[in-house]
Parts: sequence; C-alpha cells; structure tokens
Amino acid sequence: MKFAIQVNTSPYQSNAGHTAYQFINVALAQGHEVFRVFFYHDGVYQAFKYATPPDDELQFTSQWSELARRYQIDLVVCISAAQRRGLLCSDEAKRQGKQDDDLAEGFRISGLGQLVEATLEADRFIVFG
Amino acid sequence: MKSYLFVLRKPAHSGAHVQEMLDIILTTAAFDQKVSILLIDDAVFQLKKGQHPENVGMKDTAAIFNALEIYDVNDIYTEIESLQERGLKPGDLCLPVREFYRKDIAGLMKRFDVIFAG
Repeated sequence: MKFAIQVNTSPYQSNAGHTAYQFINVALAQGHEVFRVFFYHDGVYQAFKYATPPDDELQFTSQWSELARRYQIDLVVCISAAQRRGLLCSDEAKRQGKQDDDLAEGFRISGLGQLVEATLEADRFIVFG
Repeated sequence: MKSYLFVLRKPAHSGAHVQEMLDIILTTAAFDQKVSILLIDDAVFQLKKGQHPENVGMKDTAAIFNALEIYDVNDIYTEIESLQERGLKPGDLCLPVREFYRKDIAGLMKRFDVIFAG
C-alpha cells in the first residue's frame, strides 16, 4: 500500500512526530511504500538542523535525515509554515536577504501543492498530531 | 479527482492553526478537487459572527471562510450537538451550514475518499 504522511507537531510539543517515524519504519519493513512525508504547522520544527538535544536523548532531526538517506523517502517541509517560524533553507534565505541555512539533510522545502499531490497519489493518507 | 472532507476541531484564533488549515483547503480546491468541511467541537466557533480578531493580533479567518465560495467550496457541515453544547444556533454563524447529528457523522465521513484531520 502507498502511504502519504503529514506531521503537524514539533518534537518537544508532542510525541506524534516520533510516532509517525516509527509507523513509517514499520510500514517500510512490511513492504509498503511511503510516497511523501509532509511537515506542516509546528511539524516544521522536526527539520531544524541546529536542534542540539543532550547526547542521552533521542536525536529526532537526525533520525529523519537517516530515514531519508536509508530509504530515499521524500521529506517535504511546507515553505509558508517554515518561513513563519524562522526556518529558511539557504536559497530562500538569500532571496530574502537573510543568512540562514536551517534545513537538515534529507529534507526539502516546497509548497502545499506537494501535500495535495501526495494525498492524490497515495492509497492512504495519515495525519500525525 | 478525489473527494476531501476537512474535519476541523479547534476554536478560531488558536494560534495560526485555522489560518494554515484554510491554506490547505484553498490549495486543495485550487487543484480542482471536491472539497467539503466539517466543523465539530470548538471549531463551530470558527464561523461565529461578530469576531474582532484584530484585537488579539490575529488574522480574520471568518472572512476567509466567506471567500470559499469563489473556490467552489460550498459544502460546510456541522454537528448539532457541538452547536448546542456551546449555546450556538445556525443563525449565529456567518455562513449557511448543513447540520448533522453526532450519530450520523461516521456515515457522513464514509462518503469521502480522504478525511483530513485538522
């Protein structure tokens, strides 16, 4: 089955993002496909590369990057939700006359059309948080 | 084409949540999909008349609801019990809505391809 996933909460607001991560791992292990993971609302905080939790805690952002690396999963952060919250990739920062480069490896920034496309392509669409 | 039901549950002006949900609703409609909205729980307040969100520094999301018609989003549903529990009547809302009893909500949801929890 082909899944589209949306993540709406930040790592320290709720465990919904980590639940999504675990769901995706199990779905892939069982041979399902994940068409795209879309980060919206405060879910964009999952993609901040400078998040630096203590060593003995889960490294949420690195886990997503590792997931993208291992399975070539498409991790998309909504551009309007991200910019509202101060997450800018280097291209966009340059365009805005700013110097940020906040997006962790494996994520890309795009628009809401990517979310709609994912819901059209997928057999099942699941929202976490 | 797929049919979408956006299920809204949060009150108006709970941060940027409503505004960002309306962005998804408008984008989905702009993709020529069939879009309907269901307001339950505190989300019934989203359509309440007489809001002054500028006083708390928020965007007027009720005005965006009024623009949905331009995008052919005409089906707005609500739950009778959610209105009653909050002392609201359909006349208190800024748009016409179709009311459903709580027992019939599951049946309503079954009519759609995608249920969008928001």
